[in-house]
Amino acid sequence: MAATKDAPLATAVIGATITAQDLGVAGCTACGQVVRLSENCDGAPCPRCNAPLWHRKRYSFSRTWALLIAAGILYIPANLLPIMRTRTLGGAARDDTILSGVVELWQAGSWDLAVIVFVASILVPVVKIGMLVVLLVTSQRGSHWARVNRSRMYRLIEFVGHWSMLDVFVVALMAALVRFQSLADVTPRPGAVAFGAVVVLTMLASRRFDPRLIWDPAPK
Amino acid sequence: MSEAPIVICEHCDAVYRRRPLALGQLARCSRCDGPLYRNRPIDLDVMLALAVAALIVLVIANVFPIVNLQVSNDDREATLWGAILATYDSGVGFVALLAALTVFFYPLLQLLLYLHVLLPLRFGMRGAGFNTSMHLLRAMQPWSMVEVFVLGVLVALVKLSSMAEVTPKLGMWGFALLTVLLTWLNSFDMHQLWDIAEERCSGRD
Repeated sequence: MAATKDAPLATAVIGATITAQDLGVAGCTACGQVVRLSENCDGAPCPRCNAPLWHRKRYSFSRTWALLIAAGILYIPANLLPIMRTRTLGGAARDDTILSGVVELWQAGSWDLAVIVFVASILVPVVKIGMLVVLLVTSQRGSHWARVNRSRMYRLIEFVGHWSMLDVFVVALMAALVRFQSLADVTPRPGAVAFGAVVVLTMLASRRFDPRLIWDPAPK
Repeated sequence: MSEAPIVICEHCDAVYRRRPLALGQLARCSRCDGPLYRNRPIDLDVMLALAVAALIVLVIANVFPIVNLQVSNDDREATLWGAILATYDSGVGFVALLAALTVFFYPLLQLLLYLHVLLPLRFGMRGAGFNTSMHLLRAMQPWSMVEVFVLGVLVALVKLSSMAEVTPKLGMWGFALLTVLLTWLNSFDMHQLWDIAEERCSGRD
């Protein structure tokens, strides 16, 4: 698709782009309407769609940190606890963690699916938590380091976030299918709960972060 | 703001004056490289057709089994709801709830809301509760995960193929098709629906 770069409306003498906040206007996140909004009117309803208007997402730093720390804590049981138990005739019950599930796929010869599950379930949550920490710390310090790439990074996180739910669905399906009383059965284990919670929490965390803060001067 | 309309980059808050683009062109922010706006007019008829088709496919995907599993002479078939209930019965209710919301309730609600918004708009009216429906649609979009579920089915198929004979059934193709239809439907710019609603009907709800 053809792309064109637009020049900003106004650039101040110091070379900094004028933002909507500087101009006292805000774009409605819900309907796209541009509305005049002075600093002390934050939270006023959009005249077109009634959604509250904010220059920046409210309490973005503290809310993102809170959700992210919760996700980080749950990440430990999510990976250490088994997510499902397989019982087969004659064999001992076998508990699988997320990582051992990937190893099993690899050993079964489906290296392509093993890579997909590894990326979705192990790499994406770690990278997402790590990237959000980097975004939070650099934005809170008003850092100018790699701002374009940090913006791109944020959009990437938002785009891939929900794919981590993959393993949750796999466990649910296996449990529904493998129910042959004496022969074999699969039951979900508590690790699956922790893992599902990590995915939900990281998704909420990245939605609470405001990418415009990457470009704002350090908060006073 | 009566002069030329301005556009605000939602990714970095830079301000631009909107200028016409060629069909299919995308304007990017020169500061943060985020997409600003594109010239891709939405077509209410296409959106309506997609929503109706997706609703029919959703019913098919949920009614018919997704996979069939055969061990010696024993057969097992799983539907989406079979998977949700089996998970619930094993004591991990949170996992069952996640699956039920992200693969069934949100996609279903999304499609019903699309119809509720698009049908009146197609005939030049602004339906009752237009604002609420549009806000709900926006809030639900990231939580509808049919495409991830389809990949999950594939992974489960491979994992099980070592211990039994597994065959994908109609429900699986239903979910695959639903993924395509929903992705297409969600690719339209919802801000344009607000513009259309404002142009065609001055009244508010």
